[in-house]
Amino acid sequence: MAITPRISVQEQDFDTAAEIERISDGRKDIGAVVTFSGKCRDEQGTLVALELEHYPGMAEAEIGRIAAEAAERWELLGLTVIHRYGKIPVGENIVLVVAASKSRAASFEAANFLMDYLKSRAPFWKKEHRVDGQDGGWVEAKQSDEDALAVWQKQS
Amino acid sequence: MKLVYFAWVRERIGRGSETIDKPDSVVTVADLLAWLAERGEGYAAALVRPEVIRVAIDHEHVEHDTPLPDDCEVALFPPMTGG
Repeated sequence: MAITPRISVQEQDFDTAAEIERISDGRKDIGAVVTFSGKCRDEQGTLVALELEHYPGMAEAEIGRIAAEAAERWELLGLTVIHRYGKIPVGENIVLVVAASKSRAASFEAANFLMDYLKSRAPFWKKEHRVDGQDGGWVEAKQSDEDALAVWQKQS
Repeated sequence: MKLVYFAWVRERIGRGSETIDKPDSVVTVADLLAWLAERGEGYAAALVRPEVIRVAIDHEHVEHDTPLPDDCEVALFPPMTGG
């Protein structure tokens, strides 16, 4: 039976080490834990922060659907997805995926799958806050992110 | 029918949500986008390229040829940039 993923859409930061601990706490069947952290990066000294707008309700539901699909496709023993919203300064965390399994292939692949889908299917939109105080506008979706999904769809 | 807007769709329309009485001529998501685009400058600016607008009905992604249920929440937004 597939596991029930832990999903959180939240404003506050997360503690990656604590999330690894939470997923593997007291368990002896887990042999691999893969984490992915997505962070707010600067663009050549121009960016102060990203503002992440989200669709409350649908964000949780859509991440839940993506996580449930990952849990169907790979033999996972635990899965956590945390996605932040609000104003996130450069250098801070935006997203965390923690995948646990018996051996590493399932965790690596599931984490990769999760991130590809979160990029283009989870209802979040990034707006740039620039150093010069000007409105940097909305970050545009990349065709390469959409293309990444096609690869997973071919495999299914 | 409740409509909710996000990101630059919300900014161009000038509001985050509204409730509308859907005319009988509006059957699909595509019909709704075309009807909304006629409602004023902001709507026209937001929906000038309807093919890029993503749509969700009751928190689930749908295609533009999807029929609209009578009572639902329809969300219009740009391509997502999560993760």
